[in-house]
Amino acid sequence: MSATQPPGNSGHIRRLEPVLEPGHTYASVTDKIAAVVLTRPLGIGWLAGFTLTFTITMVLFISIAWLIIKGVGIWGINIPIGWGFAIVNFVWWIGIGHAGTLISAILFLLNQKWRTSINRFAEAMTLFAVACAGIFPLIHTGRPWMAYYMFPYPSTMGIWPQFRSPLIWDVFAVSTYGTVSLLFWFVGLLPDLATLRDRAKQRYQQVIYGMLSMGWRNSARHWHRYQSAYLLLAGLATPLVLSVHTVVSFDFAVAIVPGWHTTIFPPYFVAGAIYSGFAMVLTLAIPLRKFYGLEDFITMRHLDNMAKVMLATGLIVAYGYFVEFFMAFYSGNKFDVFLAEQRLHGPYSHFYYALILCNILTPQLLWIEKVRRNVAALFLMSLVINTGMWLERFVIVVISLTRDFVPSAWGRYSPTFWDYSTFIGTLGFFVMLVFLFVRGLPAIAIAEMRELVEHGSHSNKEHK
Amino acid sequence: MTEHHSYLHGVMGEFDTPEQLVAAAKKAREAGYKHVEAYTPFPIEGLAEEIGFHWTAVPLITLFGGVSGALTGFGLQYWCSAITYPLNIGGRPLNSWPAFIPVTFELTVLFSAIFAVVGMIALNKLPQPHHPVFNVERFAHASTDKFFLVIEARDPKFQLAESARFLQELNAKHVSEVKDEE
Repeated sequence: MSATQPPGNSGHIRRLEPVLEPGHTYASVTDKIAAVVLTRPLGIGWLAGFTLTFTITMVLFISIAWLIIKGVGIWGINIPIGWGFAIVNFVWWIGIGHAGTLISAILFLLNQKWRTSINRFAEAMTLFAVACAGIFPLIHTGRPWMAYYMFPYPSTMGIWPQFRSPLIWDVFAVSTYGTVSLLFWFVGLLPDLATLRDRAKQRYQQVIYGMLSMGWRNSARHWHRYQSAYLLLAGLATPLVLSVHTVVSFDFAVAIVPGWHTTIFPPYFVAGAIYSGFAMVLTLAIPLRKFYGLEDFITMRHLDNMAKVMLATGLIVAYGYFVEFFMAFYSGNKFDVFLAEQRLHGPYSHFYYALILCNILTPQLLWIEKVRRNVAALFLMSLVINTGMWLERFVIVVISLTRDFVPSAWGRYSPTFWDYSTFIGTLGFFVMLVFLFVRGLPAIAIAEMRELVEHGSHSNKEHK
Repeated sequence: MTEHHSYLHGVMGEFDTPEQLVAAAKKAREAGYKHVEAYTPFPIEGLAEEIGFHWTAVPLITLFGGVSGALTGFGLQYWCSAITYPLNIGGRPLNSWPAFIPVTFELTVLFSAIFAVVGMIALNKLPQPHHPVFNVERFAHASTDKFFLVIEARDPKFQLAESARFLQELNAKHVSEVKDEE
């Protein structure tokens, strides 16, 4: 084939790897992806992983049950540090979700073909991350059964939510985000559920996928409306995803607490969200492609591109850290200056240095092509960045709250066993959902991969 | 004539490539067929137009959803904060519209998205568990690697033998009747 040996392929100009390894047909991509769900037997690895994460999920449920019995006093929060792990974890999880929407919506609008094989499970990751995120503010209220107070409903008390508060904006932003992500995901799944229905051999599979696919029959008229709706959803999800973390950052930025009251927060929160989200996509994609043999679909091109996105967003985050310092000293506001000093020399300074190491220094290795093409190194890097982004939220929440305006309002914070068990519990819950998803639904968008095969065959013909 | 009644939905031709299908759909249109449907494993550009489907109401429905979402969002906040539960805080205006923008925006997106998805599903008349085309055994390939064209029996020009021959002349691989139990 001429396409593999183009003229002028010198050593300096490296051809991009394909987003789909050559030689695949409509049937082969369908077979390979559907087989993971329909025919592959449950391996010992899946069972062991599921059992472990299921156990950790039980730890989460026990932690929540104990919290409901005893109240939020079982956590390390106090006055003045009323937010603690719950809000750190909330912001971290919701940020992770953002990469899924970025991949599925923004890269779709930008016509980036490489998004095709990673969008499905990135969207699933978004949903699971939003589910984990939603747990925290809910249980942090202390009385989660009263959470409906936050929604505007005609109550006998005659009172209404305070719509001028970012915390209420957050309720609307996060619930809209969860709903729209679910709709987007389901619309994308619809043709693939029909594919599974048509290929299923066992009765229960035919019934389940048959019901979920709602009788989708691949009609050209249906596709036409489907594409219209999908494009509109992508257009709607794009400003939505930017608004969600902006609103989350308003929770901080609208307050007058030193270190929070800055205008850099919205853009730098959004960049940080995408940064951690891509790290989590890599954390999931690397084992997934290895264990299910999907290297043909999630190629080095994908990993390389995601590494580059991480590098770019990481630099925006670094700029955010720099501007925080610069503005503190430039403004001359003594509380802001003091807070900057506290980050460097205060009781939690080791968290700040760890954050700089994880989020700014280590990711600079991604400039090196060898690192971007080393799967193990990328996997480690993604874990480092996830840790770094968690530390960032810890630094923002805890250092500002422990060092408020007057020394009499200063305090210290240390998490308890239940703080850790709840956080680790959500990690287990998240991974457990991923395990279930991989075996229950196609982890790669099959219909879109067939489209990619079609486009690939066209470009090959042009080369010939 | 057999005893149990079966009603004819149309005649189905199977093609191997999207190009063949688009060409066949074009020929069918030129031959004067009005009720033609195509089934493909992925969306094909221009195919809907070839079978005479040019316009979808999905964008309009979405716009309607967005406008009603914006009105609901702002109206709700205005009514709560300025009419039914006014709070005078240092004489600040009750209609503090900049603070109402985030929720207005979120509800605009939420309503648009729900209208887009529900509108698409409803216009497609889904959920519809049964359809005559599913009776053709090879139709399972419509979700994998084959491309189908159906000339429907309700077409005024439809004649079973002649329409089947027409599809065969277009190089359809398998031509089959699409029947449905009464």
